[in-house]
Order: sequence, then structure tokens, then C-alpha cells
Amino acid sequence: MIELRNLSKSFITPDGAVDALKHVNLTIRDGDIYGIIGMSGAGKSTLVRCINMLERPTEGTVLLNGQDLGVLSDKELRDVRRKVTMIFQGFNLLMQRTCLKNVMLPLRFSGTPKEEAEQRALELLKTVGLPDKANMYPAQLSGGQQQRVAIARALATSPEVLLCDEATSALDPKTTHQILELIRTINRDTGITVIVITHQMSVVQEICGRVAILENGTVVEEGDVTRVFSNPQAQATRNLVYPEMAQGSLQPAPGGQQVRLSFNGASAASEPLIARMAMECGIAASVHTASIRSVGEHVYGYMLLEIPGGPDELAKAVNYLKAMKDVSVRVEVSYGDTGGDGQ
Amino acid sequence: MNQFANAFTGEKLQEAWEIFLRDFPFALWETVYVTVLATFFAIVIGLPLGMLLVAGDEHGVRPMPRLLMRAINVIINLLRSVPFLILIVMVIPLTRLIVGTSVGTTASVVPLVVAAFPFVARLVEGSLRGVNPNIIETAQSMGAKPGQILFHVMLPESVPALISNFTLAITTIMGYTAMSGAIGGGGLGKIAIMIGYNRYKYAVLYLAVIVLVILVQVFQTVGSRLAAMSDKRLKR
Ligand SMILES: Nc1ncnc2c1ncn2[C@@H]1O[C@H](COP(=O)(O)OP(=O)(O)OP(=O)(O)O)[C@@H](O)[C@H]1O
Ligand SMILES: [Mg+2]
Repeated sequence: MIELRNLSKSFITPDGAVDALKHVNLTIRDGDIYGIIGMSGAGKSTLVRCINMLERPTEGTVLLNGQDLGVLSDKELRDVRRKVTMIFQGFNLLMQRTCLKNVMLPLRFSGTPKEEAEQRALELLKTVGLPDKANMYPAQLSGGQQQRVAIARALATSPEVLLCDEATSALDPKTTHQILELIRTINRDTGITVIVITHQMSVVQEICGRVAILENGTVVEEGDVTRVFSNPQAQATRNLVYPEMAQGSLQPAPGGQQVRLSFNGASAASEPLIARMAMECGIAASVHTASIRSVGEHVYGYMLLEIPGGPDELAKAVNYLKAMKDVSVRVEVSYGDTGGDGQ
Repeated sequence: MNQFANAFTGEKLQEAWEIFLRDFPFALWETVYVTVLATFFAIVIGLPLGMLLVAGDEHGVRPMPRLLMRAINVIINLLRSVPFLILIVMVIPLTRLIVGTSVGTTASVVPLVVAAFPFVARLVEGSLRGVNPNIIETAQSMGAKPGQILFHVMLPESVPALISNFTLAITTIMGYTAMSGAIGGGGLGKIAIMIGYNRYKYAVLYLAVIVLVILVQVFQTVGSRLAAMSDKRLKR
């Protein structure tokens, strides 16, 4: 288990202090695939680098299985780093060494005899699907293959935790999918805890069980991925889940009156909601914008309806929508000038 | 001018050719011998020193006391700024101590090494600083000790850069041997000055220069080829 307690990190720069992390509290359970998502500069890399003490926190503690990593000696820390390994966006392989030598590297660092290290490295290359690339150099491999080698290398010392800092950000969607699939398989087979840093919601959606949303160095939301997806609370989360909103395309027209529906796992979104409202209440709402996604049988997302007429029609529409029992909806009203604070 | 033109008459050229056949093979051997020996020792001293400069740096893998690093840097800069001819004279006591004499071909290796090792140290420093810092950090994230990072990551990763820089060192040192040849050392430089210049046999002077140029070309070509061959970043 990894516990971050009141973790803060400030960088001193010539232009003053930069607070990259501010009082972060997180608990990551063993065996989880845990996502940490945020915009560029949110502090994701800093956070993950604090977990293996590549970056010393300014304040607060990192606990690995109850052990405070901040108090460890250099030697003890090196031992911890064999149990908490890392992969990176840029793969960071030794370009002058073969794939086999790259995978053997952490084993050589820990003093494993050469033959044994070689045996293990070959096994790992098989695990990541590259048994025939042992004697190739990284430059001869594609990006996806290089990341596989990096994964094999990260697994060499049989770690308990794998930290992935934007590990798929340099890869195309298909390769991203394959790498995530591989990570998921390894997680399932070995029970390794995985922390996935990303700025892509799709990555979190694909493999993470839990997620924390980081904004300006603060965790603004945390929870099960399905929950966070279905009912994002913080504005930063909504911006990530529904980027259309952040881009302002959902701003109400001045003077118009709008109703925002939140589909919170509704199972009957396929129902002709708008058409039924038109027939039953005589209100011909128009869909201003919709951002809907279905997860399994359930539907999540937002729909912004423009309600014609005056306050009476609006009240009627709101009542009608609220009364829909079989559809779990949240109605938010904005009278034209607010963008909907959305809580 | 007349004298200069006279140096290239048929008779003089004939004489130069005879000198070439008689003296050049040994002079060539001396130049190569001094150059290789001096480069070898310059690397023996300069390589660890360059590694120390990088590792011991404030942001290096094994930071050393600032004062020590400052002192090393100052000494290297001082040695690099002393003109070579003056350095030859300055290190005479050291040359006597090591070789037993301050004149002769072997003795000329000492000032060459003293002049070249700070240069080599800087070249090594530059090569090692060229290693992708992300890779160094990755090694740290794997629990590598500073020495392991230095020997298992930084050195292997900078092999092509080191080879090209050592090539630069060997060709530069070869140029310097011509100078040390002028005062006591042997080699092509000695022939150029002693016979070609002092005895107005300009044809010999030019022949010596041409041979030196060819020699530099050969070393440079072989070095560049080796550097390229060692570089696994190139897809082949
Ligand atoms: N070594 C450093 N010195 C000074 N400031 C730093 C340093 N490292 C990070 N920062 C600052 O801390 C903040 C968080 O940086 P961090 O790299 O953690 O962001 P990130 O979420 O990983 O961004 P990205 O998605 O672009 O990688 C940024 O404002 C950055 O400028
Ligand atoms: Mg980052």
C-alpha cells in the first residue's frame, strides 16, 4: 500500500518558489491500477517522482507498506527503488546497449550474477512479446517495442509497484491500447500495483480502477473510475471528461434559458426524451450541445437543452424532466448568463 | 625570395628526395610513437579526471566538495592557457624526474602529456555531459549506485562521442609533436625545422608538412570510421 500524507513539493527557481504539489493525500491499495490525471503542469510527474524519492518532498510523507521513505538512507532507498520501478514517456533505454543488456541492467545493479540475469532478461522479453529482439539495439525497434523493452526492464527486479509516467503518450492509439493491455495482463498475473500518470482520459478509462484528478498541485477529486466518469464533481474533472465544455461551446446563448441534464448512469437514454417532452408538455426543446458516452448498459454525460418561451415553460420542462423516474437525471438551470456552476 | 625559389631546383629536389628516403621512415615512426604514447597517457589521466568533473559536479551523480571541484577546474584552465613552448620549459624538472633527461624523443612525451591531459579531461567532460539526463535518472530510479551509473550507463552511452573526441585529441597532439620536435624531440617536426628551415632546404620542409597532413588525415579517417561504427543509434 502506498500512502501519501500531506505531501507538498516546492521548487525554488530564480523567479520564486513554484508549488508543484500542495498537501496531497492519497491511498493506493495493493494490486490496484491507479490513475493520476491532470493537465500539463498539474504536478503529475512531480507526484510520481516523489513516490520513489527521485524528488524529495518539501513536506509530508510517502509511506510504502507503512514505511516512511523520507527517512531512509541512500542504500535503503536503492533497495526500495528495486521494488518501485518506473517507465517513462521517452522509454529511456540505453541506446548503445542491446535490448537484452538493457533488461539485464537493473539486475546487474543489484548484483545478480550474469548468467542468472541473462536468463531472467530473456524470460521477461518473452513476457512482453519480444523474444526475438534480444540482440537488437533500441534504435532498430519501433516506439511500442521500445516501451515493451522498458517494461521488461522495469519488471526485472520483481517490483511491487510500477510507476508509469505518460508511458503511452508518445504512441499511437493502437500501440497505446496494446501497451495498456500488456500492463493490465502483468497486473493481473503478478498482482503488481500500477500507478498510471496520464493526461488522457481514455487511458484511465481503459485500465484504471481508481483515479485521482490533479489540478495545480492539488487532488481535486478521487474515486472509482466509473463513479468519477459518471458523475464528475470538480470542474477540472469535467473539463477532462467533457472537453467540449471546457472549450466554451456549452455557454448558453445570452437571454436564452437552458437546462442541463446529467446522465448519471441512466439506462434508458435511448428513450426519445426530447420528443416525449414535446408531445406531453408541448415544449419543443432543442439540443444545444450533448456530450454523451455509454459505458456498458449505462449512459453518462451531459445534454444542454434550450427551452423556448418564458419562465413558465422553463418550470414546466424542469418539472417534467425531474419527474422522469426511470431516467436518472440531474437538472441544472442557467438563465443565460452563467455557465452553470454545476454542483 | 631568390633563396626560396632556389630551393626547388632539380638538384635541390633530388637532394630532398634522398633525405626523404633516408630520414623520413624513422622520423615518421618517431612522430607516431610520441603521438600515440602521449595520447595514451593523456587519456589515462584525462579520462578519470573528466569523469570526476562530471560526477563530482554539484548536480552530478556523486557531488564532491565544491572547493575541490573549483580547484580542479582552475588547475585545468591554467594548464590549458600556458603556451606549449613555455610549458615544455616549465616541466623540464618533471621530465628529468620521470625520464632521467629532458632532451630526446621519449623526454618530449612528458610535456605533451602535461599539455594534453587537461584538454582530454575537458573533451571527456563534454562527452559525458552529452548523455541524455533522462537515462541517468532512469538508472537512479532503478536503484543504481553513483559508480554503477558512471560505468554502466554514462561511459557506454558516450562511447561514440569519446572515440571522436579521442581522435580530435590524437590529431591535436600530433600537431604538438612537431613543436616539441623543434626543441630536442625527434620526428617529422624536427626534420622540418632542423633540415628544412635551418638549412634552407625548403623542399624538405614541405615534404615533412605533407607527410604530417597525410598522417593527420589517416588518424582522423580511422577515428571517424570507428566512432560511426560504434554508434548503435544509427539504424543499420
Ligand atoms: N525541477 C523543477 N524546477 C522548477 N520547477 C519545476 C521543476 N519540476 C517541475 N516544476 C514545476 O512544477 C509544476 C509541475 O510540473 P510537473 O512536471 O509535475 O507537471 P506534469 O503534470 O507532469 O506536466 P506534464 O503533463 O506536462 O508532464 C510545473 O509548474 C513545473 O514548471
Ligand atoms: Mg509530466
